[in-house]
Amino acid sequence: MTKSLTHLERLEAEAIHIMREVVAEAERPVMLYSVGKDSAVMLHLARKAFYPSPPPFPLLHVDTTWKFKAMYELRDKMAKESGMELLVYQNPEAQERGINPFDHGALHTDMWKTEGLKQALDKYGFDAAFGGARRDEEKSRAKERIFSFRTASHGWDPKNQRPELWNLYNAKKNKGESIRVFPISNWTELDIWQYIHLNDVPIVPLYFAEERPTYMWEGQLFMADDLDRLEKVMGRKPEITNRSIRFRTLGCFPLTGAVESSAKTLPEVIQETLLTTTSERQGRVIDKDAGGAGMEVKKQQGYF
Amino acid sequence: MSEPIYQTEALIAEDIDAYLAQHEHKTMLRFITCGSVDDGKSTLIGRLLYDSKMIFEDQLAALETDSKKVGTQGQEIDFALLVDGLAAEREQGITIDVAYRFFNTEKRKFIVADCPGHEQYTRNMVTGASTADLAVILIDARKGVLVQTRRHSYLCHLIGIRNIVLAVNKMDLVGYDQKVFDDIVADYTAFAKSIGIERFTAMPISGFKGDNITSRSDNTPWYSGPTLVEHLETVEVLSSVDAEKPFRMPVQWVNRPNLDFRGFSGLIATGSVKPGDEIRVVPSGKTSTVTRVVTLGGDLNEAVAGQSVTICLADEIDCSRGDVIAIADNPPQASDQFESTLVWLNDEAMHVGRAYWLKLGTQTVSVTVHQPKYVVNVNAVGGDGAHLAAKTLELNAIGVVEISTDRPIVFEPYADNRTLGGFILIDKITNATVAAGMLHFSLRRAQNVHWQPTDITRAEHARLKNQTPRVLWFTGLSGAGKSTIANEVEKRLNLMNRHTFLLDGDNVRHGLNKDLGFTEADRIENIRRVGEVAKLMADAGLIVLTAFISPFRAERDMVRQMIPTGEFVEIYVDTPLAVAEQRDVKGLYKKARAGELKNFTGIDSPYEPPEVPEIRVNTAEMSAEEAADYIIQQLLPLK
Repeated sequence: MTKSLTHLERLEAEAIHIMREVVAEAERPVMLYSVGKDSAVMLHLARKAFYPSPPPFPLLHVDTTWKFKAMYELRDKMAKESGMELLVYQNPEAQERGINPFDHGALHTDMWKTEGLKQALDKYGFDAAFGGARRDEEKSRAKERIFSFRTASHGWDPKNQRPELWNLYNAKKNKGESIRVFPISNWTELDIWQYIHLNDVPIVPLYFAEERPTYMWEGQLFMADDLDRLEKVMGRKPEITNRSIRFRTLGCFPLTGAVESSAKTLPEVIQETLLTTTSERQGRVIDKDAGGAGMEVKKQQGYF
Repeated sequence: MSEPIYQTEALIAEDIDAYLAQHEHKTMLRFITCGSVDDGKSTLIGRLLYDSKMIFEDQLAALETDSKKVGTQGQEIDFALLVDGLAAEREQGITIDVAYRFFNTEKRKFIVADCPGHEQYTRNMVTGASTADLAVILIDARKGVLVQTRRHSYLCHLIGIRNIVLAVNKMDLVGYDQKVFDDIVADYTAFAKSIGIERFTAMPISGFKGDNITSRSDNTPWYSGPTLVEHLETVEVLSSVDAEKPFRMPVQWVNRPNLDFRGFSGLIATGSVKPGDEIRVVPSGKTSTVTRVVTLGGDLNEAVAGQSVTICLADEIDCSRGDVIAIADNPPQASDQFESTLVWLNDEAMHVGRAYWLKLGTQTVSVTVHQPKYVVNVNAVGGDGAHLAAKTLELNAIGVVEISTDRPIVFEPYADNRTLGGFILIDKITNATVAAGMLHFSLRRAQNVHWQPTDITRAEHARLKNQTPRVLWFTGLSGAGKSTIANEVEKRLNLMNRHTFLLDGDNVRHGLNKDLGFTEADRIENIRRVGEVAKLMADAGLIVLTAFISPFRAERDMVRQMIPTGEFVEIYVDTPLAVAEQRDVKGLYKKARAGELKNFTGIDSPYEPPEVPEIRVNTAEMSAEEAADYIIQQLLPLK
């Protein structure tokens, strides 16, 4: 009797298979790296897939300049450790216009992330980009293929996706097209946590509870990661209180809501996650526009 | 709906480590749900998520709002809204793509593919079925076995799903009547047998009310079988059977970080492998011994089907992407002609005779498809008239088709090995995935016809003639001037003491191709034969000129693939349709316009101009002589 694989072993093997297919068939692949926990798992899988070689593609961080300090630190450390080239891209127009999450709302995401990503992919001529999106995250992602094609203008056409059978991926592109590839499509949030736990995957310490300086803004709890900068764009000093907090998801610090927590170890974090009663993306403002179809609209415009 | 929605499991709260250990050892079952449009698939899946506590409070709040706004269940919760993701679907109230959903029980992780019901989305259903271990076929208790039920059952069986659940849904709407259930099961049993489904599990359920989903329903005391979730938790996962088969691993990528390491990376399709195993690389047949099974976490003593690994061998043998590493004494075979079943997935029908890309495992080759032996009338499967004659396969058609690849591929029958028997076809121009296929067996003639090596090679033929062979392929509209210009070019080459031959479209149709007409399939075959003849002549050392409309890019590319790189020269005789029609040397345009001539290129049949021809001449701007001079200049030097 041979051993039967667990669900995590099957998911890992599937993700590695997908990454190798892309490397074998694409001309210039890249891995999008946002430094979150899904990115951490993606990077670990990539290192596994190509060991003992370093993963044969660069990491691309589409930066908004508003990420947590701890994220920048882990990013630089992991790039070094993995032996991969790290490309950091900041949309020069957003930079110039001083786009920030307080004054510009949705434009902040659009300029830094959506436009920044398109510009970066065009600049380097990447034809395949790995992303860590999961189908359990959001309704429209549940229907997206693992190899998801984008037009030359980076649009997504949900009605015209290629059939994807067995584990056979058609990576042939038309002129100007690029592929977004989602190797962990079939993972759930719990799978991600469990994998991090079992494989000691390094993640940003902000996922664990600690006393941190916080402030309230529009009814949500935030961390004052860079107080000077906050004061400059808010036009006032927010009222700071120290609280034991952690983050369920990481993005720009003025847009990422914190939760009060005492979970200091990974099992405690997982426990809290499982016992909690709000779904993961609620901490982010991005999905709620356009009457529930927010993400679908953003994706058609080219958001990852 | 007043009970707590997201009930905390006691174990999570009390002993998270124990819970994680339990979750770590879960197996995974992938299944699909299918059935007719209103059978309640999305509602059932919404119910499974709801009952297995996968719905969070904020999702529920949104669901309650949505239910009142666009729901179809009055003031009650419409579970389908959880599942029907895309905005267009919410508006139309139907599911139009495959959606993947996830839930856990204490024993398993589940991935559900929710498949569309409409006939025009058969391709989405096939996609969902291809990775499934089990299929839940839903039947509306009020309607019984419908055409769609038959179609979906047949597709699931065709794609090799051996675990089938017949879920007779909406039992609440027929008063939980046992007779209704029994009649439907009897009806389905007869049908299932006729198409080769040996076993299935039938159960009476209500996705809307929750009967027999996670707990036994008091409304069906006459039913003693398992609940749906019980069954899903305990049914055997077929992928574990693969580990017992002989070892095969298609090579995806050669891992070569430095001169001291050379490993072959791939996903093990069947069997297991360990250091010391004797292996054979197919198709080359070279043998070696496994020295290491390498992973980042350390070398493995053994790896089994379903794992992604990197293997090192004792010998420096040729092995690259597309090869299959197999157990030495029981390797798979290679062949280039097969009988297969194709499911056509594209709006554009299959072009008989055309070359497509075929991807099977990690092998991508050029393949030609022949006229279907028959297509399956899925609405009549299990009865008379299930097999129909057909000239092609249209969108959603399923047919048995012979295919021939341009070089041998390593394969096994689909029934034995999904990885080495399942393939997709890709259109060479649009790059669309146009078909899913399953290989059944190799056709004998491929095995028995061998290439006979000859001593005088094509290089020697060419050397004697003091020239490099070429195929000058003139393409363009009827009346563009192809034959005239080709003739002028040949005259010039002749004066230069070159050995040439001109194959002209009309002339060839007097002999070699006189059995062919002008349908699309015949035009493709016409070009294929001319390509083969041109290839033979080029092998003999000649400079071959061909003058054929050759309207389709795919066929010109097919010929290009036959000829050694650099020897195929595509010459686009670019004449606007209006100019060619005005010339109308043979009076054909007039006839075509009058409707006396069918399938005439430019009138009622398309011409696909070359995208990057080697040479392009515009006959509106230059005479035939000037065009010929220009072509000769471009060709020089001819050695």
